[in-house]
Amino acid sequence: MAKKRVVTTTINGDTHEFLCKPQQTLLEALRDVLGLTGTKEGCSNGNCGACTVQMNGRPVDSCLVLAVEAEGANLKTIEGVACGNHLDEVQSAFLEGAALQCGICTPGFIMQTESLLEENATPSEEEIRFYLSGNLCRCTGYDKIVKAVQCAAEQRQAANA
Amino acid sequence: MRDFEYEAPTALSAAIELLAQANGSAKPLAGGTDLIDHVRTGRLEPDLLVDVKKIDELNVLELNGDGLRLGAAVPCYRIYGTPEISQQYAALTDSCRIIGGIQIQSRASVGGNLCNSGPAADSTPSLIVLGGVCVIAGPNGTREVPVEDFCIAPGKNVLEAGELLVEVKFPARAANSGSHYRRFIPRNEMDIAVVSVGASVVLDESKENFVSARIALGAVAATPLFAQAAGDALAGQPVNEESIAKAAAAAKEIATPITDMRGTAEYRTHLVGVLIERVINAAVSQARGEAICYKPGH
Ligand SMILES: Cc1cc2nc3c(=O)[nH]c(=O)nc-3n(C[C@H](O)[C@H](O)[C@H](O)COP(=O)(O)OP(=O)(O)OC[C@H]3O[C@@H](n4cnc5c(N)ncnc54)[C@H](O)[C@@H]3O)c2cc1C
Ligand code: FES
Ligand code: FES
Repeated sequence: MAKKRVVTTTINGDTHEFLCKPQQTLLEALRDVLGLTGTKEGCSNGNCGACTVQMNGRPVDSCLVLAVEAEGANLKTIEGVACGNHLDEVQSAFLEGAALQCGICTPGFIMQTESLLEENATPSEEEIRFYLSGNLCRCTGYDKIVKAVQCAAEQRQAANA
Repeated sequence: MRDFEYEAPTALSAAIELLAQANGSAKPLAGGTDLIDHVRTGRLEPDLLVDVKKIDELNVLELNGDGLRLGAAVPCYRIYGTPEISQQYAALTDSCRIIGGIQIQSRASVGGNLCNSGPAADSTPSLIVLGGVCVIAGPNGTREVPVEDFCIAPGKNVLEAGELLVEVKFPARAANSGSHYRRFIPRNEMDIAVVSVGASVVLDESKENFVSARIALGAVAATPLFAQAAGDALAGQPVNEESIAKAAAAAKEIATPITDMRGTAEYRTHLVGVLIERVINAAVSQARGEAICYKPGH
């Protein structure tokens, strides 16, 4: 049986050292080893985006990354989005725009939106739908999600003006 | 998931040694977007994954007067994030923009797409039309194989146990050339091609005649297909509907699609004709420096 490995990463700004087996995914390590259960499991095969986290600044499906691959990486998860009790613009817009029902897809959508807005501060509706095409929602019908992203983009623009 | 060992060598020679020693029970790991799912579902049963992403040779992305060198492990986002590549090797970046969604593109490599060797792999037709050559390293040294000869059956390619795809290299683009890749899917994104077409054209000075063309098809045969006769049909012909229709007819002759849940053989053959026309026209527009009215997924 493969031995456990020590993995050292930065997660949401803090250094973490954890033990995992080569066959554990980053999603499993985050949830089961580190207790960071904000990142969700939907499909476990890269189709739904519920497990989206940022790895070295890029959005990835953590179910398709091995935990051992996170050695030396800089990770950001949904737990690192709010500042203390203060939600960021994207979180607030999802909440106020009722862009969620069961909520399983929400952390993934929020992480993906954070990446979108870092790349493109003023996305069109089409650009939003394209960028979020790797995230599935079985409840909302997407319109409220798209509106929440537009609203978050506007608020962030206004805040930075 | 199955129990396996993991190694992440930094030297190409070390990776080859690990793969050769494992005698078929090891698999290279690039972005993992095919491999991790294949191991999870039991379709593949490796005892060792050799992560190739830390090897310099597989991370090369270099464009110069001699052409383009594309390391096998370079993820899609780095490729389309390089504007010069989008201009000169447009078909390649057209492919990289539609493989999965953005999260997949953060990890998925063109090398992995090629080595997975699916008949509908979205980058392979583009590699073929752009004249890509695979540089393969193994225990017995290095060899080169044109991309059109790399895949031999669904999921199978010419790699021998212990061999690794190091890079795909492309010749410099000719003057007045353009290229494009497009697939037909019922959704707008995140789907597997029903049919796909890549084309690269070289026009003469007047930009009214084809000097040469290369066309490749996806999802209409057991492997991505180099439709040489279709490209040859355009050589020396004027750019007009008639010559493009001849190329489309030649491509339809070569296609041997199957009927499955994504479409019947007849439907797929029809789509080959429709897509070829659109893709050649887009490649011509690109060669002429005209704007292409195309958005991925539409
Ligand atoms: C949700 C989702 C959507 C997808 N959408 C598309 C799509 O639209 N179009 C499409 O074509 N594909 C799609 N794919 C499939 C996959 O993402 C691509 O095939 C991708 O390019 C594979 O690259 P990778 O780097 O992740 O390869 P990996 O998964 O790491 O490897 C793939 C295979 O190639 C082998 N391999 C990798 N690198 C090398 C090397 N250097 N030498 C020898 N062998 C090697 C591996 O051992 C493995 O067998 C999708 C996958 C998912 C999960
Ligand atoms: S759980 Fe990772 S993409 Fe669905
Ligand atoms: S709110 Fe239920 S899946 Fe999106």
